[in-house]
Amino acid sequence: MDSAQRHREYWRKNLRMTGLLLLLWFAVSYGVSFYARELNEMTFLGFPLGFYMGAQGSLLVYVFIVWFYARYMNRLDREYGMSDGEDD
Amino acid sequence: MSAYQVFRAQLKRYYLTYTVGFLVFILVLALLEHQGLGPRWIGYAFLLFTILIYATIGIMSRTSDVSEYYVAGRRVPALFNGMATGADWMSAASFIGMAGTLYLTGYQGLAFIMGWTGGFVLVALFLAPYLRKFGQFTIPDFLAVRYGGNAARLVGGAAAILASFVYVVAQIYGVGLITSRFVNLQFEIGVFVGLAGILVCSFLGGMRAVTWTQVAQYVILIIAYVVPVTLLSYQLTRVPIPQLVYGEMLQEVGKLEDRLFETPAEQQARALYRQRADTYYEKIVRLPQSLADERQRLTVRINELKAEDAPMRDVAALEKQRRELPPTPEAARERWDAAMRTAAGKGSVPIHHAEAFPGRNEAESSAARLNFLSLMFCLMVGTAALPHILMRYYTTPTVKEARQSVTWSLFFILLLYLTAPAYAVFAKYEVYATLINTPIAHLPSWVAAWGKVGLVAIEDINGDGLLQLAELSLNPDVIVLATPEIAGLPYVVSGLVAAGGLAAALSTADGLLLTITSSLSHDFYYKIVRPQASTQWRLVISKSLLLVVAVLAATVAAQRPATILYMVAWAFSLAAAALFPALVMGIFWKRANKAGAVSGMVVGLLITLYYMVRVHFDSVPWLGLQGIGMEPWFGIQSTAAGIWGVPAGFLTIVVVSLLTPPPAQQVQDFVEQVRYPRS
Repeated sequence: MDSAQRHREYWRKNLRMTGLLLLLWFAVSYGVSFYARELNEMTFLGFPLGFYMGAQGSLLVYVFIVWFYARYMNRLDREYGMSDGEDD
Repeated sequence: MSAYQVFRAQLKRYYLTYTVGFLVFILVLALLEHQGLGPRWIGYAFLLFTILIYATIGIMSRTSDVSEYYVAGRRVPALFNGMATGADWMSAASFIGMAGTLYLTGYQGLAFIMGWTGGFVLVALFLAPYLRKFGQFTIPDFLAVRYGGNAARLVGGAAAILASFVYVVAQIYGVGLITSRFVNLQFEIGVFVGLAGILVCSFLGGMRAVTWTQVAQYVILIIAYVVPVTLLSYQLTRVPIPQLVYGEMLQEVGKLEDRLFETPAEQQARALYRQRADTYYEKIVRLPQSLADERQRLTVRINELKAEDAPMRDVAALEKQRRELPPTPEAARERWDAAMRTAAGKGSVPIHHAEAFPGRNEAESSAARLNFLSLMFCLMVGTAALPHILMRYYTTPTVKEARQSVTWSLFFILLLYLTAPAYAVFAKYEVYATLINTPIAHLPSWVAAWGKVGLVAIEDINGDGLLQLAELSLNPDVIVLATPEIAGLPYVVSGLVAAGGLAAALSTADGLLLTITSSLSHDFYYKIVRPQASTQWRLVISKSLLLVVAVLAATVAAQRPATILYMVAWAFSLAAAALFPALVMGIFWKRANKAGAVSGMVVGLLITLYYMVRVHFDSVPWLGLQGIGMEPWFGIQSTAAGIWGVPAGFLTIVVVSLLTPPPAQQVQDFVEQVRYPRS
């Protein structure tokens, strides 16, 4: 695989993952809030579910997204020889 | 082990020692309080001790190296950059105001919680790694190199300064509030004492000093935030993890709401407030006659009293009332309008804490939902565009650590943001369960203590001697500040909370001031006015500007601008609309060119400003503008003005770029280079 092709593939994979995670971000932010009244009919850990998502659930998903993206990209860097840091 | 690994291990050891030292300091003070040390001295001890620590770090980190001054030498490990970003990010508003806002608005306040954390997803996915790869000094640097020429640098720099300055005024205001309340300084003096605290951190060492003090400030602010509510949670539920157990308390609050809202005394109190609102309404309609009547009525009454030799005190009280009448019909309209709104608010049924988008009908409810979603959008995009946050990702050693450091940032921010809603629910439970329907004469002492500084107000409008919910006014700041007293904890915990609030305000103010002066000295002076300036001279300019901007911000803050809460939200909308589209398109769309970016930034900024000004103000006296107010579009409030500016910015960049020639090959190569960590 030549260098240009390698770069293209790396960037395509990055864009795909960025898009997927952005979709998840959109769903837990705007989707969940839009239907907050309906979700509040359900209970989770003693909370109405809509309230729980706004106060905790969505936040935990955000930190998961950011963590997962860093892990995925740092591995992709190594796989495609793009890594700029020490591998520890 | 490499030198960097040694450095990292050393840092961990230093900050661990420091944290333990701080905990020991708290314990010693607690013991001294037990021995009879007064609250005033505890307040002084906290103030002195923490500022001394910041000053020591600031002086130890002094530097005259450009890279150290602007980006802390680019060797801040991910974990520590995360903590510094956390302190940089969490302002006086997050620390003191957030829990109170949630107390007052229930579910609606969660727009801030989600908005101010969800924005970091955008930082991680769209900006942090690419900006680190670019690796210069400021955010306008990126715009200038990507789009070529000084136009993009100028517009970007101006937007960065505008948003940061609005925000820094709010921080210095917060510092003044805390110092004046806890060590009894006059507010204006408090502002300038706080200013000294800010300068001592950033003046000598720039970003390097700011980074290492921010880490120290994070430790203090998070301990101060979590300790009181953990103890309160333990008292109420026997579980010391408030974030886990407040669901149960929320159910209890729900039951109390059902019971309290519809008691006859409560309905009577609300009806009386509605009557008061109606009275104000009539007075406003009958202006200017009603104002003259009012003055006439007081004069007649004063003369009557004087004629019948009434006590001087009563006469003086009425004369004071007459003196304090609004001087002009315009002032009267403004004041009575505010009073009418307050009374009408108290006269309506309070919200249920967990209810999403309350409204009397479907249309009102939909409008509430639309505003919730738009505000959240502006706060998220604004987070990903505020330069003082983005700049922090220039300081990590590698792209890899920049990505990890966003995770750490968000983690450290969540520790506070997951706790804030718990604060609100615990405080609400305490108020509903123990305060309401209690004889006013027997209220707990914290009510009177905070009443003295004007954060709690009580009015027995129906004269039954009991406290109804409608009769209690709480300032949002009081929730966090008074929780230690609500839980009956020793004063040392209150001192700790004050130190935490101070750390939150100082750290954010530091980051913002540095952003402003970097933009002025690096982008405007060095890159545009005098490119041949020596590095020594550049730092001299930067440090003098820091002083000037700081004093300017403190002067504005000392005026106590009335719209301070709005100003914070506006800063986010402005940054979002002006900077986010140009930054993201610069990385993800090679075809975006200079004409597109510059016009996109200008259009985004102008539309946002236009909407804010016309929706919020009816006149701007110092510009001679009258009657410029307009109806909001789709009922969206001025705080979410970025909802129009951001899409307009993106659209303008696309359209104008496509209508003009593509950028040069060299620019396209630059985009390629930013996209790959090693190339």
